[in-house]
Amino acid sequence: MPDPRPSSAAAGDEAAAQDLVAVAMSGGVDSSVVAALLKESGSPVVGLTMQLWNQRRLPELSTAAATGRCCSLDDVYDARQVANQLGIPYYVLNFEERFEQQVVRPFVDEYLSGRTPIPCTLCNNFLKFDEFLATAGSLGASRIATGHYARVLQDPASGRWLLLRAIDELRDQTYFLWGLTQEQLSRTLFPLGELRKAEVRELARRFGLPVAEKGDSQEICFVPNGDYAAFIDAYSRENGIEPAATRGEIVSTEGRRLGEHGGVHRFTVGQRRGLNIAAGEALYVIATDPLSQRVIVGRGDELLRSCMEVTGVNWVAAEGLNEPARAEVKIRNKHAAAPATVLPSGDPSRAEVHFDDPQRAVTPGQAAVFYQDDQVLGGGWIA
Amino acid sequence: MRDQPPPSGLPLERTAGGPPFMTCCYFDHNATTPVAPEVLEAMLPLLAEDFGNASSIHHYGQRAKHHLETARRRLAALIHGDPNGIVFLSGATEADNLALFGLVRYAPGPDRHVVTTTIEHPAILAACDQLEREDVQVTRVPVGSSGVIDPGRIRQALRPGTVVVSVMHANNELGTVQPIAEIARIAHEAGVLFHSDGVQALGKIPVDVEALGVDLYSITGHKVYAPKGAGALWVRKGTPLGAIQFGGHQERDRRPGTENVAGAVAFGAAAAWLSVNAATEAARLAALRDRLESGMIAKVPGASVNCASAPRTPNTSSIAFEGINSEALGIALDLKGFAVSGGAACSSGAAQPSHVLTAIGLSPDASRSTVRFSLGRSNTAGQVDELIDAVAISVSRLRAIAPAGKVHA
Repeated sequence: MPDPRPSSAAAGDEAAAQDLVAVAMSGGVDSSVVAALLKESGSPVVGLTMQLWNQRRLPELSTAAATGRCCSLDDVYDARQVANQLGIPYYVLNFEERFEQQVVRPFVDEYLSGRTPIPCTLCNNFLKFDEFLATAGSLGASRIATGHYARVLQDPASGRWLLLRAIDELRDQTYFLWGLTQEQLSRTLFPLGELRKAEVRELARRFGLPVAEKGDSQEICFVPNGDYAAFIDAYSRENGIEPAATRGEIVSTEGRRLGEHGGVHRFTVGQRRGLNIAAGEALYVIATDPLSQRVIVGRGDELLRSCMEVTGVNWVAAEGLNEPARAEVKIRNKHAAAPATVLPSGDPSRAEVHFDDPQRAVTPGQAAVFYQDDQVLGGGWIA
Repeated sequence: MRDQPPPSGLPLERTAGGPPFMTCCYFDHNATTPVAPEVLEAMLPLLAEDFGNASSIHHYGQRAKHHLETARRRLAALIHGDPNGIVFLSGATEADNLALFGLVRYAPGPDRHVVTTTIEHPAILAACDQLEREDVQVTRVPVGSSGVIDPGRIRQALRPGTVVVSVMHANNELGTVQPIAEIARIAHEAGVLFHSDGVQALGKIPVDVEALGVDLYSITGHKVYAPKGAGALWVRKGTPLGAIQFGGHQERDRRPGTENVAGAVAFGAAAAWLSVNAATEAARLAALRDRLESGMIAKVPGASVNCASAPRTPNTSSIAFEGINSEALGIALDLKGFAVSGGAACSSGAAQPSHVLTAIGLSPDASRSTVRFSLGRSNTAGQVDELIDAVAISVSRLRAIAPAGKVHA
């Protein structure tokens, strides 16, 4: 009788197990191509999908248009189909509890306290490159691979692991990955960093993957149709938090009362829509004040800031900063990184950024990422 | 490598496409079992030769009907019940639903009430949730840390409007055997009907529906080496059970729909094997189970058996491994070729917390660290020893690898 244990991904074979790579499979085209590329390269591969959020949990948010979101049964189905086609072992990991603790609740809390959080960064920092990496390790996979568009290189001189922008700058995701530690970078593969999205789709077709023509996922996976205010309202109701507690006044930068709003979480710095104020000139949200529940509005030029403080800094390319450094600093995902000087402080987890030219809508809660050419010098949270 | 080949014909060859076939030691017989060779042999002629519709009057139909009735008698003999009480259907979920809805919907009165327990299978619990949406009251009697229902608690839960008491015979996760004879007596004293889900008891412990005094008893073929899709509800004569599906007159109008004759015949063949061999096999499995449990405790630090001192089915072992995530342990073992249950799967296939382990008072951590091993005909002492070694290695690896360094945030 033949021994049915496979020669490829047999974790029983300790030598092979050392090379086992765990691919984080979302069911989308990017991570599916990653799995296919690794399998083709001869690596032993295990596919894992993180079940992060039960999309049926807040039924009032469900609409026909909201199907096919992250962690939907369709996505798990797609990931499993790809894994089966590739002939790699595949499992779904239940990360719902951790996702809610580490990502969803902080996301809601941040919004309710007047900041504009980036859940993807929290998810990367606390789930994908932390719990997921650890789980993969415990299954015998010393490295993980994801479908992120970014590059990791080891500097031969210093031995440091470097995070570099993707070749496809339109798809680059380093803005969400600045939090990775050296240990995490050393155990991570980003096979798509050297590819353009069109090439990835072409590869998906060449591999005959069933997800080759699947649409791109939206930015915040657990928020249907990008309506984060509706999500926060629904989640708050489910958890007995009264959304009305965040209602308040809209005031001018001089403190003049201009109107009322339905909750600070509905507003983000730089926002123009939804203010419902008749004014002679265009008004923008300049700031939100969670303590007084005030939304402060003003003219477009009042949005400009030339410096900001960054906290929770993680240094990537160097161990830290001893003297001011020139860098290009990106303050939101779609922002074109702007030339600036990054100043160290006594505390390595804090830095000050002085832009050469004032920047519009510096938004507390968003990330600031410091680039030197293609390299990520470091990043942190805008205070 | 193994001391003898699996006796029951585990399919060892890869099928074309699909997940890679990595499992060689199957320790998840409470989830399902392979079709035994003698069962396969019995059912194959019903697929292509004796393929008739058992309701047809011609010879094809008559032959199918003959095989169906033979299967019915074999199954009835195994559970010591009247063959006319056997209602063939698709499986135990359907049997449980037919029992509850078929009784409650036809019961009079505005205060209809059902008594069940917190450790039932979802086929009962979710059906009870639906009954509540239909304005039926439900009492779910809790169970203590022993994993065994106290019959006195059932008595306390009875009301004038109680239609039926439903308590499983053996629990799927713990293997604990419930005192259903006593519970049936208590129900009958109050003039209440008694149903039991016997899925995990059949073939593992003696089942005698007369001695137990049950009115309805759910069983399924795929836990006893027959294929999926063939189950039965045994119904005591005179029980006021109405239909919940409507169509033809099959199964005495209680379950319309063309009978799955091949499935029923397979279930009957499995029953015939069990009638002869169940006691011997149960003794063999009990010895293997004891070997597994004492080996785990000796070789894996922090291992403890849940509900060890309760009366249990001989094949089921629920073991908590302190500080271990059972989902990860289940995957790690699967990658080594050992199939175990690291928790019930939700619709996506991810493991979810067990309501049974919560019900017996395990902490969330202990519940998350519990793995179920369920033995069956394919398992040997050599496999059990290999499993113990694999668990010991995986557990030490899982404990060694702490989460990667936290980032600043």
